[in-house]
Order: sequence, then structure tokens, then C-alpha cells
Amino acid sequence: MSKVFPKWSNALPLKIIVFLFILAAAVVSGVTYYATPNYTRVGYMPSQPVPYDHSFHVGQLGLDCRYCHSKVEESGHANVPSAGTCMSCHSQIKTDSELLEPVRASYASGDPVPWVRVHEAPDYVYFNHAVHVNRGVSCVECHGKVNEMEVVAHDQPLSMGWCLDCHRNPEEHIRPVDLVTNLDWVHPGGKKGQIEDGLKFVEEWNINPPQSCSGCHR
Amino acid sequence: MRYVFLIFILGVIGVLAILGPRGRVSTRPPLEVFSDMDRMPKYQPQAKSAFFADGRTDRLPVDGTVARGTYYENEYYSTGKSGGAFGSGFPIEVNFESISRGEERFNIYCSVCHGGAGDGDSMTKKYGMLTVANLTEQRLVDYTDGQLYDVVKNGKGLMLGYADRLTVEDRWNVVLYVRALQRAANGTVDDLTPTKRGELGL
Repeated sequence: MSKVFPKWSNALPLKIIVFLFILAAAVVSGVTYYATPNYTRVGYMPSQPVPYDHSFHVGQLGLDCRYCHSKVEESGHANVPSAGTCMSCHSQIKTDSELLEPVRASYASGDPVPWVRVHEAPDYVYFNHAVHVNRGVSCVECHGKVNEMEVVAHDQPLSMGWCLDCHRNPEEHIRPVDLVTNLDWVHPGGKKGQIEDGLKFVEEWNINPPQSCSGCHR
Repeated sequence: MRYVFLIFILGVIGVLAILGPRGRVSTRPPLEVFSDMDRMPKYQPQAKSAFFADGRTDRLPVDGTVARGTYYENEYYSTGKSGGAFGSGFPIEVNFESISRGEERFNIYCSVCHGGAGDGDSMTKKYGMLTVANLTEQRLVDYTDGQLYDVVKNGKGLMLGYADRLTVEDRWNVVLYVRALQRAANGTVDDLTPTKRGELGL
């Protein structure tokens, strides 16, 4: 009887099975880690036509978010300001700056400055800014510390699971309405105080964040 | 077999090296492998349009359009003038609520240049806003309410108007708060009640 298969082939099926398991584990962990907005969206920092520095205007000058994003309390859409808003100051300050040329051109012609959108929910998501900021959800919860960003970057994943984290436990994230645009504010009582007060706000303001599909998808 | 594992480990290291950790800063737009109807051919506010020649989704209103809910019978309420001349008095209800609203709006839109106390001492002054008015000086105390309203709405001198950011009601609220600031800045001992004066030893 000649040997058809060499002796080492006895262990081969087991080895193949073990290898396939390891491969599957690697692929699954790879997909879990990478195929999520935590990887694909967070850190997106497009270059803008005008290098508007939030850390200077908000952090140092002390502009309120609503000075420029003026309709955020009334509208579902948080507006990007018109060139006229910039010109409120820049008709007097840095009037010959080359960096501000697109703003001046826009102010003169009426054509918008082609700002690049950083945060963009899918089109089947009907996110409403006004209902969130009027119920004590701070800008910082979704946009991060924009007051410290020289160039705005995507800070939170804005995935559905992430939305639901807050919709299920709103008390961890809501604050007094007059502190919504104060991005540095954290509850002085720490996490415990936040939840205590949060539960009070949920009760008083009758907050009942939708968790059904039609709450956000129509 | 050893080679298979070696190649596998090299492959894993290669993928990690290329893709890197989460949260890396990048100027490239997020990759959408499966678009899942994320982007629909519909218009969103302030978005681009491929249809209109000027490239914008929001159409400009025809000249002279009055937006719904922004027509007011009362001429003084919406312009600060009655019969062509600036008037005096507040066409809104004057109470704690309106003055608090005025304070909030003032601190968002006005204090950047005019300062929190309205005296023109502000952060932006350090950067070149040199001609900002001191709202508490006598010249402006003498302004009529309608005149102040008009400045908030249409601007004056180098100041641009804030009509796009303050509603008619809010402009009056701001004027009301400016009056309060003027009162506070120009107060004298005589404004105190006798008891308060006693407490302060004046």
C-alpha cells in the first residue's frame, strides 16, 4: 500500500478549522471597529473657503453661538450665517484681509460663500435643532467643544445607536436652557448632580424623547 | 502552516497601518460604501441645487414680498415711526419677562461690541471696533424709543442692522433693556430709597 497522503495531512483539517475561526474573528472585529461612523465620520475636518476660527471668535471674543447661527431656536435647520453677519464686524475689522475676500464678494454679489458642510445626517433623518436646544440639549452634546476648535471637525458619530443612547437616558444630557450655548459648562455636582437635576427637568418639562421609528424617520 | 499565519499577521498589521485608529483627523469627506439612500434627490435648507442657474436651493423672494406673519398693521410697532416721525413709548407689554428676553438678546447680539453694560467697552474694541457708541451717554438717553428701535433694525453709521436676526418683538425687548442699562449707568444717590441710602451710609 503506497501512502497517498503524507502523515502531516492528518492534522490539516483541524488546522484549517482553527485558522478559519481566527480569520472570522479578525474580520468581525475589523468590521465592528471600522464600519461605523465612529471611524468613518469622526475626525472629518474639511478645509473651508474662509478659515473661520471658532476658538478665536467664540473662545476669546465670547460670541454666542446664536450670534451667527441665529435661527437655531426657531428652526429645525441651524443656519449657516450669511455674509452680512460676518460684515457686521468685518466691514470695519480686517477690511483688506485676503482671507476674507470670499465674504466680501458674497456680500457684494449676494451669492453664498461655499462653506463645506461638516455634520450631515442621512436625508431620511428629520433632526430638529429647535426642539433640542429649547429643551436643554447643549450644542456641545452633538458638536463637541467647537469653542476650542480652530477648524471645525466632526466630533461625535451621530449614528442611530448614539442618538438612542440619549433618547433612552435624556437625564444624563439635559441642562438649564440658558446654559445651552455655554459649551464649557458641566454640572457642578458631577455626574450624580447631573442625573438628579436631569430627572427633575425630564419631569418638569415633560420630556419624552421618541424611540419609535417615526420619531425621526418619516 | 507557519507561513500562513505569518502572512495572516502581516495582513492584519497592514490593514491596521493603513486604516489607523478611530477619530483621526482627515480633510477627505466620509466614505459611504453602501449609500443606503442617505442622499436623496431632494432639497434641503441652504443646500446646493443642480437645477437652478445660480446653484442655490433656496429661491430669493420677489422684491417687496412680505413673509407670512410679518405684516403689522401698527406702523409704529414695525418701524418705530408714526406718520414719518420717530415716536416714543413701548408698543409691547413692559414686564419682567420682556426685559429678561431683551437682556438675553442684548447679550447675544449687542454686547459683543457695546459691552455687557452697554458702555461701549468690549472685547471687539481691542481688535479695532473703535467707533462703537456708548449706549448710556446722554445723547442716546435723549433718543426716542422709536429712534433706538430704528437703529437696532436698520443700523446707523458703521453699524449694520439686525433686522435679520431680531424679530420685531425682540427689537423692542432689546430697546427696553437698553433703557434699563441707561437708567443703571446714570443713576444717582437720589434714586435710592431712604432705607437703602441709610444702609449704605449715604
